[in-house]
Amino acid sequence: MSLLLNLWTILAVSLGVFFFLAGTLGLLRFPDVFTRLHALTKADNLGLGLVVLGLLPQMNSIHAMLKLLLIWLLVLFSGAIVSQMLAQAARSGEIDS
Amino acid sequence: MTPSLALNLALALLLLGMAGWAVLVRSTQAAVIGFMVFGLLLTLAWARLDGLDVALTEAAIGGGLTGFLLLGAAVRLRSVEHRATLQAPGLATRILAALAAGSVTLLLAFAVLTLPSPAPSLAPAVAENIAMTQVGNPVTAVLLAFRALDTLLETLVLVLAMLGIWSLADDRVWGGRPGFAIAHDASGILHYAARILVPIGVVIGGYIFWIGADDPGGKFQGATLLAAMWLLLVLAGLRDAPRVSSQALRLWVVLGPLVFISVGLLGSWLAGSFLGYPQGYAKLMIVTVELALLPSLTLILGLLIMGAPKREIGR
Amino acid sequence: MNTATLFGLCASMLIGLGLYGLLTHPHPLRKILALNVIGSGIFLLFGAIAFRGAAAGMNADPVPQALLITGIVVAFSASALAVALLLRLFEVTGDVSLANEDPAAHKDTSKDRPHD
Repeated sequence: MSLLLNLWTILAVSLGVFFFLAGTLGLLRFPDVFTRLHALTKADNLGLGLVVLGLLPQMNSIHAMLKLLLIWLLVLFSGAIVSQMLAQAARSGEIDS
Repeated sequence: MTPSLALNLALALLLLGMAGWAVLVRSTQAAVIGFMVFGLLLTLAWARLDGLDVALTEAAIGGGLTGFLLLGAAVRLRSVEHRATLQAPGLATRILAALAAGSVTLLLAFAVLTLPSPAPSLAPAVAENIAMTQVGNPVTAVLLAFRALDTLLETLVLVLAMLGIWSLADDRVWGGRPGFAIAHDASGILHYAARILVPIGVVIGGYIFWIGADDPGGKFQGATLLAAMWLLLVLAGLRDAPRVSSQALRLWVVLGPLVFISVGLLGSWLAGSFLGYPQGYAKLMIVTVELALLPSLTLILGLLIMGAPKREIGR
Repeated sequence: MNTATLFGLCASMLIGLGLYGLLTHPHPLRKILALNVIGSGIFLLFGAIAFRGAAAGMNADPVPQALLITGIVVAFSASALAVALLLRLFEVTGDVSLANEDPAAHKDTSKDRPHD
């Protein structure tokens, strides 16, 4: 059982790291603000989500698991807000797109 | 190479890279953003060094609040950035500066490599006496019992810095509100963010404060989160920044330091030394001081960020 | 190499980097930033020393760690005061130059100077 859980952790965290890597690559290589935001939010949502899901079986209490999930939700929320604001600023010409 | 060493090495290299970026890059805004990333990486380094309390403080204050402060200033000063960089020193000065900085680094590195072994430590002394303070987190015990005087002086430094900033106000707006008026946009995204995030942030700030007695956390980390939530309300235009001449504001600001000093004086009466705690009452007094410090620190940290009064004459 | 030595050496280099920035950068805000890099380096060095002091069942010496928390907060309040002073200087003079002579005197950039 614990072997299976460990395998799940390794698989999910590795996949999460892959999304972070892809997101970072997109952030560096994409041509304008909107596509870069797209790459960035993918890294946050899926990358962090998979890392959190992968770490869940390693926690020793429900309490700690809930905290991990809360962190993911908060990052999702702030990511959504920040990308909205950046996109608005880019569209109104406040920052160079 | 063990995985742990590889991780530490990668972290150290990233830290140096980000610090180099923050110091050397041309644009001030880019440098400040680099500094914020540096702060987050430093938080990871603190976790590696088993300083979780310090990691929380660094994330909240070192990277978060300081980054916010510097970024705000960088945006305000954008118009003079080009002029300010015109006076760059010549090559000779830069070589001399690099030599000076390099020799400081070499001296420090030499000191690091020749630190005494076994390392001197006060941990056994803390372990021996922590039961007396009735708190479980040794860092909190040091902050509020063994070295409480440092913490008292620190809160006074915060008050003094805030007074220093207030005194920079122009005569016409003396005692007025800091920052520029922000128009409230009820359909704006920031309005929505503030409505959702502030209640959650206040609960988390309170939790981090409360858990500090026994686990990593405490009043500074909690107060920083609460101050951040306050700043979010102000930025979203839901609440205006307060007039610094407001009596209520000033009362809340001095509440923490006043309670701290009173508890200290009570100690010299009951336990025979300033900030001493009588047997059996240590935790009660520590929690009293922390509870009184929380609102004061929240207000002071927020006001330090908001800066000097800019508009609306007091009263 | 152990953790404490590694981060201790990293901290020494951070202090050097910050010091170089403080000495060479003409923009005062960059000097404040460089000072913060120096501060972070000093804190990290202190933290490495705290880590070496692990004893009595604790993973690190809590006394320097507590002093570090105090230090980080005090460094922030100093930065806040410095930034406020700088913004006031900008408001009063329309410039943030620390030099005695006006760079506008020999370089034509005076057009972005507001009327006093």
